[in-house]
Amino acid sequence: MKSRSLLVLALVAAAACGGKKPVEAPAPAPAPTAIDSTAIKAQMRQDSINAAEARARAAADAAARAAAQRQSQLAAEIAAVIHFDYDKSDIKPEDQATLDRKAAILMANPGLQLLIAGNADNRGSVEYNLSLGNRRAAAAQRYLANKGVAAGQMSIVSYGEERPVNPADNEAAWAENRNDQFTPTAGGSNLMAPK
Amino acid sequence: MRACLAVGVLALVTVPLAAQDPAPPIDRGVRVGITYTPGTRPRLVVIPGPGLDSVRAIVQRDLDYSDRFEVLLLPPGDATGGAATVNYALYRTLGAEYGIELRLEGGRMSVRLHDIGAGTVRQQQPFVIPEQSAPDFRMSVHQVSDEAVRWITGTPGVATTRLLVLLGKRAYRVDSDGADVTAVTPASESVLSPTWSPDGQSIAYTRFLDGTGPIIVQRLATGERRTVTGTESQLNFTPAFSPDGRTLAFARTDQQGGTDLYAVNVADQCCLRRLTVGRFADNLSPTYAPDGRRIAFVSTRPGSPQIYVMSSDGTDQELLAPYDYGATGPSNGPEWSPDGAAVAFHREIDRAPQVFLLDVGSRRYKQLTSSGRNSDPTWAPDGRHLAFVSDRSGRRQVWIIDTETGRIRQLPLSGEVRLPHWSRRFGGAAP
Repeated sequence: MKSRSLLVLALVAAAACGGKKPVEAPAPAPAPTAIDSTAIKAQMRQDSINAAEARARAAADAAARAAAQRQSQLAAEIAAVIHFDYDKSDIKPEDQATLDRKAAILMANPGLQLLIAGNADNRGSVEYNLSLGNRRAAAAQRYLANKGVAAGQMSIVSYGEERPVNPADNEAAWAENRNDQFTPTAGGSNLMAPK
Repeated sequence: MRACLAVGVLALVTVPLAAQDPAPPIDRGVRVGITYTPGTRPRLVVIPGPGLDSVRAIVQRDLDYSDRFEVLLLPPGDATGGAATVNYALYRTLGAEYGIELRLEGGRMSVRLHDIGAGTVRQQQPFVIPEQSAPDFRMSVHQVSDEAVRWITGTPGVATTRLLVLLGKRAYRVDSDGADVTAVTPASESVLSPTWSPDGQSIAYTRFLDGTGPIIVQRLATGERRTVTGTESQLNFTPAFSPDGRTLAFARTDQQGGTDLYAVNVADQCCLRRLTVGRFADNLSPTYAPDGRRIAFVSTRPGSPQIYVMSSDGTDQELLAPYDYGATGPSNGPEWSPDGAAVAFHREIDRAPQVFLLDVGSRRYKQLTSSGRNSDPTWAPDGRHLAFVSDRSGRRQVWIIDTETGRIRQLPLSGEVRLPHWSRRFGGAAP
């Protein structure tokens, strides 16, 4: 790389040292008016190449967009939150499909590591909520393991009532804050879609 | 002066009501002095000495907060103090039975307990009170108050105490009268479950990190901190010192979703041992009996959290606070009383926690609160005052109740308060 640029510098230097200025080129002759079929063919050929390349690029872009969309879809499915009833850690029937989907993605991606964080609303007891959060995280972990997910792909933590999604004090906020959150800690990019 | 006389008259008016309580017959033949009768609130006056208005104000409030006396309030700097002799006749008119006289004598403060009825000095003792600007000024004055309570009742007061509380994510200490609110953990850290060591020199708490929480023991005087051995991984919380301060019991989560109790020798940083094995239950919030031989704790083994008890080695686990299966609300936050006779805890009634007292001997309990949400009771060292968190004022604040009289007061702090823990008495200078 370095030697080549040195060579170019040398050539430029040689041209500059040529002394006499180069004679100006004569004005180009007016273009022939006759139809040059060879040129047209060449042009058509080039156009078709360009079109094919554009189609290929569009297809590739579409594929990339689809892949990115699939990735964000998979990421969203992995991260989808599940909710719990007051002072309960049972998986609700309406959350089973959400967890089933996570299980499929985890099994299709053995390198994916998932942190499951259990949360509680700010009623109940501050300290008991730490245990409750841990139990909620474990409930999802156990459900996923029963679906075939390797134990080594999951770990659990509890945030108790310390990290509310919604800091308000009303039924809607409490319901939001009783949840499990799912965060990939490794292998979260380039996920394979389950078959 | 007129105002105080009015107070005296009002107080006299209330006397017949108090007299309705059945009382043993008293021989009224010769009055040789009074004896303190538990359950009554004798009238007491703090007799001011010149230059001691601020000391007197603190003592007066301490004695009021002791809930053992009806403190007659005289305006500061009134003409009754400073005289060579105490005007017993005047205080008798006000209905006072006891007088606490404060007087500066040769660089010290002499404190005398007068029996107003008999017109005699019952006790006297000199105290060294530092300059008002000195950091231990208030605690030194509180010591006078606690001693005065002991002279009269036989049991010292609890003015020389402090509480640990959480304000947001940070632990603070505050004097039991609400003065001197001081942060004790760094602003950058989230902590939980702050608790005093029995000698008041150290605190323990959970440092709440991303998914783990070690327990830290911190010396207050030096700020030196160390992680309790065995708490480096998982979430470790609800630390509680044994009464001798050598052992720390705490709850620890596991990766199977359980929470179990452990104990570790914090004096030697060794010998971690597991106290509960709850495969399908959580065990947390340990609290030692004052003899150190039993631990009350919360267990979810009956399905909802309830109050259990075991030997401090983990054997002989059994239910402590009776409950009705399926009907009684979750029960949490137990703390064993300093005299060992009771365990305070909170139990949900219609989804609102209320403070309860369990008599350990009879296993009978009674509900202490009903207004708002009331939780996390913690005992004063006198075994009769409890601090707890209540939202009765609209936001979560610490309130202090005298379990004997039912008198209640707020410990005003700015912000929402959680997880109070009351210290033992600070004998010498507090850290």
